[in-house]
Amino acid sequence: MNFDDTPEEAAFRQEARAWIAANAPKHLKEELELSGFGGLYLKSEDPMQAGKAWQKKKAEAGWACLHWPKEYGGRGATPIERVIWGQEEGVYAKLSGLFTIGHGMCGPTVMAWGSEEAKRERLPTLASGEEIWCQLFSEPAAGSDLAGLRTRAEQATDGSGDWIINGQKIWTSGAQHSQWGLLLTRTDPNVPKHKGLTMFFLDMRSPGVEVRPIRQMNDQRTFNEVFFENVRIPDSQRLGPVGAGWNVSLTTLMNERLSIGSGMPTGFPDLLDFAIATGDVDNPAVRAKLADWSVKASGLKFTAFRALSALSKGETPGPENSIGKLVAGAMMQDIAKYAMDLQGEAGILTNAADAEARGKFQAMALRSPATRIEGGSDEILRNIIAERVLNLPADVRVDKDVPFNAIPTSGRK
Amino acid sequence: MNFDFSDEQKQLRDSARRFLEKQSSVAVVRRVLEGDEGYDRELWQGLAEMGFTGAAIPEEFGGAGLGYLELCVIAEELGRAVAPVPFSSTVYLAAEFLLAAGNDAQKKNYLPKIAAGEVIGTFAYAETAGEVTAERIKATVSGGKLSGTKIPVADGAIADFAVVAAQGGSGLGLYLVDLTGPGVTRTVVDTIDPSRKHARIVFDGAPVEQLGAGNAEAVIEAVYDRAAVLTAFEQVGGSDRALEMARDYALERIAFGRQIGSFQAIKHILADMYVSATLARSNCYWGAYALSTGSAELPEAAASCRVSATRAFQHCSTNNIQVHGGMGFTWQFDCHLYYKRSNLLALNLGSLSVWENRLIARMRARNSARDAA
Amino acid sequence: MNFDDTPEEAKFRAEVREWISANAPHDLDEDLKKSGLAGLRLPGRDIMAESKAWQKKKADAGWAVPHWPKEYGGRGATPIERVIWQQEEGLYNQLAQPFAIGQGMCGPTVMAYASEDLKRKYLPKLASGEEIWCQLFSEPAGGSDVAALRTRAEKADGSDEWVINGQKIWTSGAQYSDYGILLTRTDPNVPKHAGLTMFIVDMKAPGVEVRPIHQMNGGRGFNEVFFENVRIHDSHRLGAVNDGWNVALTTLMNERMSIGSRLATGFPEIFGFVADFQLPDGPAIDNAAVRAKLADWAVKSSGLRYTAFRAISSLSKGERPGPENSIGKLVAGVMTQDIAKYAMELQAEAGVLTSQEDAPAAALFQNMVLNSPGMRIAGGTDEILRNIIAERVLGLPGDVRVDKNVPFNQAPGR
Repeated sequence: MNFDDTPEEAAFRQEARAWIAANAPKHLKEELELSGFGGLYLKSEDPMQAGKAWQKKKAEAGWACLHWPKEYGGRGATPIERVIWGQEEGVYAKLSGLFTIGHGMCGPTVMAWGSEEAKRERLPTLASGEEIWCQLFSEPAAGSDLAGLRTRAEQATDGSGDWIINGQKIWTSGAQHSQWGLLLTRTDPNVPKHKGLTMFFLDMRSPGVEVRPIRQMNDQRTFNEVFFENVRIPDSQRLGPVGAGWNVSLTTLMNERLSIGSGMPTGFPDLLDFAIATGDVDNPAVRAKLADWSVKASGLKFTAFRALSALSKGETPGPENSIGKLVAGAMMQDIAKYAMDLQGEAGILTNAADAEARGKFQAMALRSPATRIEGGSDEILRNIIAERVLNLPADVRVDKDVPFNAIPTSGRK
Repeated sequence: MNFDFSDEQKQLRDSARRFLEKQSSVAVVRRVLEGDEGYDRELWQGLAEMGFTGAAIPEEFGGAGLGYLELCVIAEELGRAVAPVPFSSTVYLAAEFLLAAGNDAQKKNYLPKIAAGEVIGTFAYAETAGEVTAERIKATVSGGKLSGTKIPVADGAIADFAVVAAQGGSGLGLYLVDLTGPGVTRTVVDTIDPSRKHARIVFDGAPVEQLGAGNAEAVIEAVYDRAAVLTAFEQVGGSDRALEMARDYALERIAFGRQIGSFQAIKHILADMYVSATLARSNCYWGAYALSTGSAELPEAAASCRVSATRAFQHCSTNNIQVHGGMGFTWQFDCHLYYKRSNLLALNLGSLSVWENRLIARMRARNSARDAA
Repeated sequence: MNFDDTPEEAKFRAEVREWISANAPHDLDEDLKKSGLAGLRLPGRDIMAESKAWQKKKADAGWAVPHWPKEYGGRGATPIERVIWQQEEGLYNQLAQPFAIGQGMCGPTVMAYASEDLKRKYLPKLASGEEIWCQLFSEPAGGSDVAALRTRAEKADGSDEWVINGQKIWTSGAQYSDYGILLTRTDPNVPKHAGLTMFIVDMKAPGVEVRPIHQMNGGRGFNEVFFENVRIHDSHRLGAVNDGWNVALTTLMNERMSIGSRLATGFPEIFGFVADFQLPDGPAIDNAAVRAKLADWAVKSSGLRYTAFRAISSLSKGERPGPENSIGKLVAGVMTQDIAKYAMELQAEAGVLTSQEDAPAAALFQNMVLNSPGMRIAGGTDEILRNIIAERVLGLPGDVRVDKNVPFNQAPGR
């Protein structure tokens, strides 16, 4: 057991490191380092432009989505090479937030289910950051229970084979910047809920698509509502068979949970730095807290390393990584609160100019509640661990064999 | 044993709740949260007219002379309504400092106006991050003039006067300062809960009047204990409301074909919220008893209800969002009003870890005294 | 708001205090003070004999179960007088342990459902401690889900007797009990709650066999009880045939509602311990990390105390207490476990010692660590208690019951 690279891995790492040293936007490094969870503090450049520029540069040199096949914009790298790249890219990866969902979820779904033509048309511009993608799954009445979604897709009666979309999505990160979207719809409401779904990808600039940003409790607007009114999608943009949308979406969600698990921020390094800087680290009560979080953070890190080792050997990683977001989400919230506690009465200040640590922990306190909900709530994640990892039976599903349009929609009497 | 509020006090609670449901509606709270106005004037005036600002001020100083149990009842309702008014700074702090240390003229000057809602007062204490201690206070009074910077000061930008802790000739002292007078520069600062505004105040030779003589630290500790009980009642009011919101949503929201409140994962979250809110309430009753009777138990009771209620409100406001899912994270839903207030109240008056340490130190002192006796 | 007695309460308290001071077994004071969470220890004495003696003395003077009617062995005291009695009895209440289940759960059930003859026959001796009772509900396959029990009661042909076959488990005190209340299945062809019937069973009857369970802490307080063709006369049925679930609810309600009986949390114990225990840099109580832990437990402990006081106040005013008291065991169970673990952690390597002579604090915390897992299970698990709070206090819907309208003998797991 060791953490050493194999000779091939070392050579690859060397190459990546050299390229990054020569090409990364080093003038942004300091600002990127100061950026914490809950806010990218990029003042000197427009974050979108900076992100696109770095992605473009990587793409031209074959470092964008490097684990994708070459013909779709990648370099055919192995999983472990992808991880090595991630380690070397370091803080510059913070510039790629815009592309995370497209690269991590939409791309793999198109790759698995799209036609060859769709793949060659869409994937290279997705990889290079020229086009941004979003994922249109959640709805007001379909969050944890995703398959309860209601956005309708009906085949046009004009013989074109096109689909007509009507409905509403919510929590769509980046919809306001996106050119393309991955859309899960209901094509048959007369069958049980998992069976009547179909997946498409669509041009977000199509007539009838309206994006409305949601104002979040931390006053940011990264999530959106997306409304569809008679939006037309050609049948060639269907992914998978009609009625098989649930299976197709599992490809996406699998990728979501794997990629989110890798390198989740926990807030621990930030807190440790802060406690050392203030001298609070000498207080035994602070140390007891730090120690608890420290072993959780290292536990997550080495759990990820175990998965890396499996990848390195060409094996499929085990289920361990499913604990990542569950641990990190609650931890970040607790750490933010505790850092504010250490700041005493001044802990309420949020402006970077007034607040300790540039208000990083306050931003974390206001952003972290969402971490415990997005991409699978803590409760859903515990169910997943219990059911898929520990093989416990699923909860009783009262809506299992019920036609979708017969399921109750409100608990109000 | 009658460890409960009286029927009259319960009636007061009902009328305060009815009043606040109307006058401190969510729309009112949001107007202050999003606006530049430091507080809701109409609500503040209404609270004075109801006799709430002067509830515990003796009648000889223009108050209603009701008492501290009544003030506890009102505090709980203010917390439940996340009321956007300078009540805690004016009533729990400024008025209490005047009552504890003021001379007759000072009391006569300020207390009737507080009871009438004509002035807003505050206490200016912290200057830097971390626990506030006498040594950390750099603001200085010399020749009757105050210089130094205080941040954050609750309602500092709207208050008419402040009680300021500063170094004087003989150590830490308390001073009354007219904030509308010369040598005072105030700026609103951003905080975790913009529905309760705070300020940075720079004093540059501001004229002051001494408030009481002797050991200011002891006065501050005593007033903070009293304010801790009242703040804890606000926290309990907020906890209960957050629990109710979560419960109602769990009954209304359907997932997987059933009310989400029928899943044990959600039920157990709510049961745990109820447990922490109940423990906090019971501790608060102890605090109310000690505050209203002037009991020697007050320091211990105050720290207990402060610690218990801080934990409960943070726990309930956080899990209220969790039960609401994504909607709980939106600006549109009201969950964040309670989350923000819980984080603010956790730090006003000093943080949880400071009060935890204080509680155990006090329990230890009591035991040593008992063993010695 | 105050903690003062009303004049009537003060008068009652004075009377109680005077009687206790004149009659209590003061020679046991020292040992009773040392007992507590580690269990009752009376070196050189027979605990059962001491317990029965104190109970008998109380009964002779009318203090045995003060809130029961006089004709059944009580003195017709009000609920608040009952609480005052408990407060004043204090230390000596530990001696009432063998009678707790009988007087707290079996007695009220008998009082609610038995014939007048049976009440007069059984209750006075239950009150005076001459006879001990146990509660026979849980079974290997019916724990949290009590109604899933399988012990059969069948009417013997052509007689007024029932024949019992089956097994109970977790029966506290069965080894020294004279009678028990027994929940059985009389009809397996109807949904599970609808086929149960309650009886009084003579624990000395032929066919009853008690086997103590060896617990993880070395103790043997719980038992398995086997029934093989045990006969019970129909007159000893409590409530209607197949109405046993409702009868059982009376019992369980009493179990969970006993207010004023102080719940052990372990807080006074750890507070006393850290005041003296020396860490390398001084008494443990001066260490900031220790204080942070203590503060959390301190406010839980005071929170429980004052929650009970709120309930007592309701009783004092003649009102029904609210649901607050339902949090007690849930908070105390976990807390005891955490406190015990933390005290052992402070003791460091010596924390592994368990004998009274070697271990710090006479092994109090080691005993707690081994007892406390049971506290979180017995009389309703933490999970069941959370369900009860969520459903009965907060009004959330019950979980989906897949066995709800299914005949018992067709339910899954059969």
